[in-house]
Parts: sequence; C-alpha cells; structure tokens
Amino acid sequence: MSSPKATAYLRGISASPGLARGPLVRLQEGVRTGIRAPASGPNDPRRLRSAIDAACAELTAVMQRGCDPDAKALLAFQVAMLQDPVVTEPAFTAIAARVPPEQAWLDAIELQIRQYESADDLYIRARASDLRDMRDRVSRILTGATITTVPAGSIVLATDLPPSRFLEMSWEGGGIALTGGSANSHVAMLARARGVPMLIGLDTGILQAHGEALLDADNGMVITSPDAQTTADFAARQQTLRSGRLVAESHLALPAVTASGERVQLMINVADGAELGNLNPAWCDGVGLVRTELLLRDKHDLMDEAKQYEAYCRIARWAEGRSVTVRLLDAGADKPIAGYTVDAELNPFLGMRGVRLSLLHRQVLRTQLRALARAAALRPLQIMVPMVTWPDELDQVRQMLNDTVESLAKEGLDCARPALGMMVEVPAAALTCDLFEADFFSIGSNDLIQYLTACSRDSRPLAALQDPLQPAVVRIMREVVQYANAHGIPVSLCGDMAGDPRCVPALLGIGLRSLSVAPAALAGVKAAIARYRSEASEEGHSA
Amino acid sequence: MSQDERALRATGFTMLTHEHGFHARPSIMLTQLAKQFSAKVWIGLSDNGPWTDAKSIARVMALKAPQQTMVFFAAEGTDATDAVSALVRLVQSDFTSSKDQ
Repeated sequence: MSSPKATAYLRGISASPGLARGPLVRLQEGVRTGIRAPASGPNDPRRLRSAIDAACAELTAVMQRGCDPDAKALLAFQVAMLQDPVVTEPAFTAIAARVPPEQAWLDAIELQIRQYESADDLYIRARASDLRDMRDRVSRILTGATITTVPAGSIVLATDLPPSRFLEMSWEGGGIALTGGSANSHVAMLARARGVPMLIGLDTGILQAHGEALLDADNGMVITSPDAQTTADFAARQQTLRSGRLVAESHLALPAVTASGERVQLMINVADGAELGNLNPAWCDGVGLVRTELLLRDKHDLMDEAKQYEAYCRIARWAEGRSVTVRLLDAGADKPIAGYTVDAELNPFLGMRGVRLSLLHRQVLRTQLRALARAAALRPLQIMVPMVTWPDELDQVRQMLNDTVESLAKEGLDCARPALGMMVEVPAAALTCDLFEADFFSIGSNDLIQYLTACSRDSRPLAALQDPLQPAVVRIMREVVQYANAHGIPVSLCGDMAGDPRCVPALLGIGLRSLSVAPAALAGVKAAIARYRSEASEEGHSA
Repeated sequence: MSQDERALRATGFTMLTHEHGFHARPSIMLTQLAKQFSAKVWIGLSDNGPWTDAKSIARVMALKAPQQTMVFFAAEGTDATDAVSALVRLVQSDFTSSKDQ
C-alpha cells in the first residue's frame, strides 16, 4: 500500500529536551551477543591485532576533533582498555587454541563486562556499556561491516546508541529516538550537554517508521508522517525556541532578579544527580526537588541505606551549602517500582502512590529517613512529603522522622533533624493548607492541575483543558501562596509550570518568589523573571 | 637477588581521597604514569598485598578502591624510587595534575 501514512504520535521519555525535525535514520550496528560470531576471515591473530589498532585510531581521531572533558574521559577509557594486555591477551590465547578471532574477541570482552556488571558501585556498573561500545567497534572492524552514514540533521532511530558513535556524528539540528536507553546513560548526559534532543523508551513499533519525523523531547513524543499543518506549527515552535535561547543564554550565569530589582529564588529539579556533572551550582539557588524514585530503581535500593546516604551526600556536596530539598519516594502511578508499588490498579493516579505507599511500607520509609537525617549532618537538607491529602499523613511522617533521629543519636551516628515540608498537589490539601504543620510548602503543579481539572496528564486531546494559566489553577495556587507568605512559611513551586517562561509572570504575580525548574530551563526562566515588573513597583514608580 | 638489585626496590603509600575512588579517569592517569617507568610497578590496598599490576587499567579498576582508602605502591627496577614517588604524588594531588579546570 502506498497511500499517504497517517500522522502518528509515539510517546517516549525525554532524556534531553529540545525539538528536532528531519528524516529518520535507522541504526542497526549492535553486535548480537549469545550468537556465535561466524569467522569472517582466516584464523590469524594479526587480524584481531589490526582491528584493535584501527579501533584505537578511530577513537583517538574522535578525541582529537575536540570534545568536552567527560567525553574525552570516556573515549580515553576505551583506548586504555584496548591497549591493556590484561584485557586483550585472553582473546589471543583463544585464537592460538583455534577459536576464530571474531568469537575469541567477544568472549574475552564478555569476561570484562561481567565483572563490571556485577559491581556494587553504580559508576563502575555503568562502565559496562562503555565496554560493549568498545567491543562492538572492534567486532565491526573485524567483520568488515559497514557503518550507516548519518547525515547532519537526521533523527537517529535505534534501540540504543553507544556514546562513541554519538561523538562521531554531527548533531546540528538532529535528534535521537531510542526504544531502549536510560536517562542516566552516558549518551544521555552527552546529549544534554550538547543540547541534542533525545527520547528514550519509545515503543519498538517506531523502528519500522521512516521518512520525515518531528522529535519533541520537550513533550516526550515523536510524530511520524506529520501533516503539513503539524510540521508548520512545529517549525514555528523551533524558531521561537531558537530566538528565545539566544536571549536566555545571556542570563544563565546571572542571579534571578525581576525588572523591579526583586530577587527570586530559582532552584533546579534533580533526578539522580548524574545531570549535575556539567552544571555550575552558582547558576541556581540550590536544589528544589530531588526525585528519589528515579534514584532508587528497585526493591533492593529501597532498603539500601548506605547507597541512599551516599547519593544524598553527593547532591548536597554539589550544592555547596545551597538549599537542597529531597522528596520522599514518590512511586506509584507512572513511576512503578517492582515489588513495591501496587499492580493493576484501575486508576493508578488516584490510587496508591507517594506518601500513601510510604506509610504502608514503613521499613522502606524508615530507611530513607535514616539516610536523609544522616546526610543532613553533613550539609543542610530538607525533606518534602509527596501526595499528602490529610494532616494526619504529615503528622505520621513527622513522628517517624523524630523517632529516626532519636534512634540514630542513640546509635552514636552523626545526624540532624531536617526541616519537614509537604508537596501541595492534592486539591484537598491545597484548600486546607492552614491545617498542616508543614515547615514549608512546595506546589506540585503537574499533579495539582491534573486533579483539579480531572484530566489525565498524558492525554493529548485534553491538553487544552489542562492549561496551567486558567483561573481555577491560578486561584487555588494563590490561596496557598498568600497563606504561606502571611504566616512566614517558605513556599515554592516545582512542577513543569515553573519551567515554562510563559507562566512565570502569573506565578510571580500571585506572590511566589521561589521556583524550581529542570536545569535546561534555568536560562529561559531567568530571562522571563528579568522581564517581569510587579504591579506594586509600577504603582511605586507612578506615585 | 644481589645487593644492588635489592636497592632498586621501592615502596610507598598514601590516602586515596578522590571522590569516586579509582574510577575511569583516575585509573587512566595512574596507569599512564606507571607506564612511563621501566620498573615493574604494583598497587595494593594493604602493605602486604595482594599486589596488582599498576600498568593495567583493567586491574586497577578491578581493585574497586573507594574514597578514603590507603593505597600502597611497590616497584622494582632501575627507576623504582622515581616511579613510586611519582604515583604517590599523583594520588596525593587528588589527580589534579591534568584534571580539567
């Protein structure tokens, strides 16, 4: 059938924000493991030797083209491993015992990869993918396989993308769409550092797609076979983004100050700390939200106090004394954790999530509170409770926190009692915020809007009904902010709304002076704050 | 082993303070430095071993030495003393000699 294809929207998870428009280019270069590599030439060790040398030469060439220190370290690691006889010798021994070089190479590196994959240290474990990358490069040279040429401006479509392949390509105007991948992977960090839009976790059906596509990593979707109108709208957004970015970038290193000279506290949202590598802490006023459910991936992590402690300390050290607010595990709904969250709820967003789950799994909650209270001894930390509906839920967490601090002190461990605040995201809590004994409030705009408007967050057709600037949303937020400001309770907003420059005037208008945004949004929001002039100061000028 | 050869052995130790222990970048720097000497160079996490080849990045990474560990060096060869003192200096400098910024 050759009839024009219908426009299709495919959802993915954003690993690096931005927009890209271009032809899809499918990359199929991975070496399949578990399949015995066929011999593609004579059983001569010199073939492997020269493939290794060629791989080193390719990697060195990429390094010399100039890349950032992180990328350089990654390539240097691969070169160092390729030059280490401890790594390569087992392959040559196997070749001498008549194993074909292709297979001998895969086996030798598999040995290394297994050691790295079994490491406790997350960082070491992550190096396994660098080793696979290195293995595949040598295998590709050895088997004489050709590599796909990727013209600049393409949208690369693959299951995963090795970092060294990323570094070889020209990304001007292009983007990445992966069915696998991880937001913590090296290639995700590289993409963020270079501003290349990237989506992960797309449905494998997309691998069949071809032709022009639109990659919207700001809203987590790929649009295949877009119609003319969709393409035109997209191009207009790209243009706005480009011109806005030039203005915004000049604001990045400056403090957030309104046109009337009022200082606004602007913090960042953090997933697991990996994104902090390329970020200067002086560009923000601290961390307004650490999403610990992205840091703790499985049931094992939930009970690993030492690992959590180390992760919190790492983020706190990065902040260099600036405020750090850690949100307690907010699992459930769109963020399941196997063995912890409840499966097959009919309506998971209205079900067991956030503090509701924490209070069911006290041992998990206690572990997290212990790690946080210990980290608070090192640098100031605040704890934020998600999905609070009634005051009793916050009271129960406070009681557990107090007990935890007491028992840590008894054990003779360094600890401190962090301030305990709450997310305001359930409308019931927003309407009764005066009833809660919270040390601070943080408005979670994404869930608050979804619950207030009775619209599922991921529903595209309902996007218009969820406009964050509609009166119902602004009014309920103003109630919270005015109550907090009148009673000297710190209040902030950490949802997507804070990172949208279009919404910034409304948020400052209702009296908010603290926002927390994705690191990529810092510059744009600072620029929007700088344009804002409050009505009070306008009156002051005219008086 | 003759008197002369015995004199060409050297040992040293220092505290590893690098935030991530022997991760990729420190390991690359350490092995590259070790390879500049003709002496055989070993690294270990205690003064009586086990010793591992300090010129092999795979072996150094496999130590999985975390932050705040004592690391021990031993070398044997004509430039053994220089090798050990250079490696100790590198670790003591927290790998700053060519750290970015």
